Amino acid sequence: MKASNTSWKEQLAGKIPENLAREIDIFETEVALRKQGKIDERLFAETRLRRGIYGQRYDNGQRHNGQAVQQMPYPSGELTKGPNTMWDAPGMQRIKIPGGGLNADQLETMADLAEEYSDNIAHVTTRQDFQLHYVHIDDTPSLMRRLAAANITTREACGNSVRNVTACPYAGVCQDEAFDVTPYSRALAKFLLGHPDCQNFGRKFKPAFSGCSQHACGLTSLHDVGFIAKTRSENGAEKRGFEMVVGGGLGAVPYMAKLFDSFVPAEEILPLTQAIARVFARLGEKKNRNRARIKFLIQDLGIDKFRELVLEERKTLPADPRWTDYVKNAAQFEEAALRPGGEWPSSASEAFKHWLKGNTRPQKQAGYVTVTVALPLGDITSSQLRSLADIVRRFTKETIRTTVEQNFVIRWVSKSDLPELYSALHAVGLGDSGAGTIVDVVSCPGTDTCKLGISSSRGLAAELRKSLAEKSFQADEAVENLHIKISGCFNSCGQHHVADLGFYGVSRKVGGYAVPHFQVVLGGEWEHNGGSYGLPVAAIPSKNIPQVVTRLADRYVANRTKNETFKDFVKRTGKVEIKSMLDDLARPPAGDRSYFSDWGDPREYSLEDLGVGECAGEVVSSVEFDLAAAEREVFEAQVAFESGQIDKAGKTAYHSMLHAAKALVKISNQNISDDPGQIVSEFRTLYYDTQKFFDPFAGGKFANYLFDAHQKSNGAYTSDSSRYLIDEAQLFIDAAHSCYNRLGASVSA
Amino acid sequence: MELQHVNVKLLVKNPEEVDLEPLIPVFHSWIQGQVFEELLLDVADYRHVQAGPGVVLIGHQGNYSVDNTDNRLGVRYNRKAALDGSNQDRLKQAARAALTACQRLEAEPVLKGKLRFNGQEMELFVNDRLLAPNRESTLEAVKADFQGFSKQLFGGGEYSLSNGGSDPRGLFAVSLRASKSFSVADLLHNLAS
Repeated sequence: MKASNTSWKEQLAGKIPENLAREIDIFETEVALRKQGKIDERLFAETRLRRGIYGQRYDNGQRHNGQAVQQMPYPSGELTKGPNTMWDAPGMQRIKIPGGGLNADQLETMADLAEEYSDNIAHVTTRQDFQLHYVHIDDTPSLMRRLAAANITTREACGNSVRNVTACPYAGVCQDEAFDVTPYSRALAKFLLGHPDCQNFGRKFKPAFSGCSQHACGLTSLHDVGFIAKTRSENGAEKRGFEMVVGGGLGAVPYMAKLFDSFVPAEEILPLTQAIARVFARLGEKKNRNRARIKFLIQDLGIDKFRELVLEERKTLPADPRWTDYVKNAAQFEEAALRPGGEWPSSASEAFKHWLKGNTRPQKQAGYVTVTVALPLGDITSSQLRSLADIVRRFTKETIRTTVEQNFVIRWVSKSDLPELYSALHAVGLGDSGAGTIVDVVSCPGTDTCKLGISSSRGLAAELRKSLAEKSFQADEAVENLHIKISGCFNSCGQHHVADLGFYGVSRKVGGYAVPHFQVVLGGEWEHNGGSYGLPVAAIPSKNIPQVVTRLADRYVANRTKNETFKDFVKRTGKVEIKSMLDDLARPPAGDRSYFSDWGDPREYSLEDLGVGECAGEVVSSVEFDLAAAEREVFEAQVAFESGQIDKAGKTAYHSMLHAAKALVKISNQNISDDPGQIVSEFRTLYYDTQKFFDPFAGGKFANYLFDAHQKSNGAYTSDSSRYLIDEAQLFIDAAHSCYNRLGASVSA
Repeated sequence: MELQHVNVKLLVKNPEEVDLEPLIPVFHSWIQGQVFEELLLDVADYRHVQAGPGVVLIGHQGNYSVDNTDNRLGVRYNRKAALDGSNQDRLKQAARAALTACQRLEAEPVLKGKLRFNGQEMELFVNDRLLAPNRESTLEAVKADFQGFSKQLFGGGEYSLSNGGSDPRGLFAVSLRASKSFSVADLLHNLAS
């Protein structure tokens, strides 16, 4: 698209590391070959994904405009950049920022690229990456060259590869850390980038580092491999190492990482990760994407067997000097301050005090603080990025990092500079207070740009941010510190499982129309690196979610015991009581059509084409009734689980799936019996073999949850298997609703 | 020097009275009706970002937005696809696109005439740093093109032309200011003549 695309290579000659320059040249050739039809579209799709180029909503060349599906006649016609992905359709470029670490020049590069190739917005993700949206694929080689000249790569930012290595943004300055994990996380990122042992995964692989166990900043529990800094004494000397956890992950069904080793010496983390990569590449699922993350391999093998295989593999690895070369200097790694340390400002306005309280955090180095720049929904403009570059140059030695809460942290700020720094940030619209509080809502892109989005997570986040900010000064401190995280679908990119108040998008049919909803997920824990995962309580129409937040927050303020966390409050109150509090919000008010569109999107809501003339006949009513009953059952399973009745929880969750399956089978066979075998068999014939139940993107994933549950239904349930089954049952029921929505017209016909 | 990816911005006369929310359904309806020759694709809502791009109508060949960059609210057209022709042709294309959007917005019933545009001023940017770096020599190189364009835009009347941005990191920008006020329709008429 850009007229200058042919000139950037020459312009930046000699300014790009040779290996990166070569890779980009190769990719540019692949782009040209694909345009000539000389590379298969599937191969090209994986090629571009491994360079961080992702598809975006409507890239199949059509869009529902609120009334009908509208074709998008792109100039490149039928040329595709992947299956069912039109060449000219705007896409997303993900940019890896290992550990979130940036300098001022890199901020300026990001500003230029957002302005020239995107829509003047750079978006910080929940894994410390940047994303630029609405990017044309023809521009990506130039974009990559400009990033490479700033020493940034997009390589393996998407695809079945090692994704961004994230790390605590407070590493090196945190008062509670064991030691600074920065050099270790950087070494791992560099080591794994393009490593031959990491090129044959069935799915992505996400590493994370944390300096401590108690805070959330590293979120190691929800990563494929997590490293938590530990020290121990050996012969009177302090020895650095890591508690290593594996097999965590969110996604549709969240898995808590399992302990691999309570202390891995620092010298061993690279080779051990390499051994894990080899085992994952060799034994991990390849055909079924929905079972291809390493968490499933570990679940199937058991952690002990997995550990044994990895340690065996470790013995076979040829020695590599990169494993340990960096370690000898790692302990000396330290950032430095630009200006002398100081004292807290002696006087301050109310707004400044509020900002100080939420957005600053004392460093372990006396006289210095970190400053969090709170970005609304993770978004920042090009102009703001340049101003931020100026600010970090003026006050620090360019020490700034992105965070998993979609913000920036400026490190090494002298306390005495805080008034000036605040003024500078405020002047460019970056002085919002409330970082890490209830107003600092985290959200994935959702239906704004994501192909998988079901509900408008960003629309809801913007609405909550606005409405809660108006209340924040008056809010109770315990409420102010709650975390809200929103995902547009079950895939959890918004990390809703580890929020106090989590939401993920689902759809429900009301009066014959699809209505955007969010599942309310309660009981998650953000602290302790994402210490526990919440469970769904109820599906509520999108437009009622602000009331859900207010109602739950008010109840928490009124009823909590001293120092009771929200998670403990939810547990003590019980899901049954909480669900009953929300019952009146679970249905849209009769006749209010505003519920048929989503936040920030006035189009009539649609998952795909809405059928014409949908109506609720007798059979339809029966289906809805049965699906509602299935939902009640899965909720009962949760209640049983939380009261420690593990076996009952598992059985009830399984039964809820049968109930939902039977609801759909009844559309064709009203005489279907209660025999599980017959239900599953007919469901398979009617909905799986015909692919009617298939999710547009997840395929038969949710149906397989039923088949697996049925196969294992005679066995005993463990705490883990019961917990996973509850999540799977909820997703199966959500999928049954979606299937029923899609069937709408034909059912009523 | 080739000017491509020209951006044109016309400021709103009454920014304090403008609510951006009603623009969202308006832009969706433009997609539905495909009201321009360019392919219109999507709406991006950035109202939550201070001094940001506001509400953007994403197109294939160009974006239209009611943009609040630098707290200056205006309609902005951002030409994304390269164009053949002369520099003046490309300046005119972008100006026509921006003015046409302004005209439609002024006439949108749901906006109730609240959006009015200042036809006395126009800001132009070149959204490609390699083609047009933001420095004095760029202005010198393309001044004649801007003068020719401005003469036609303002119907031969007097105007001033200045470099619109002092930060060398920013886009190359030119500000035009006529000695008298023009309506959007007048400016479009001038460009067509």
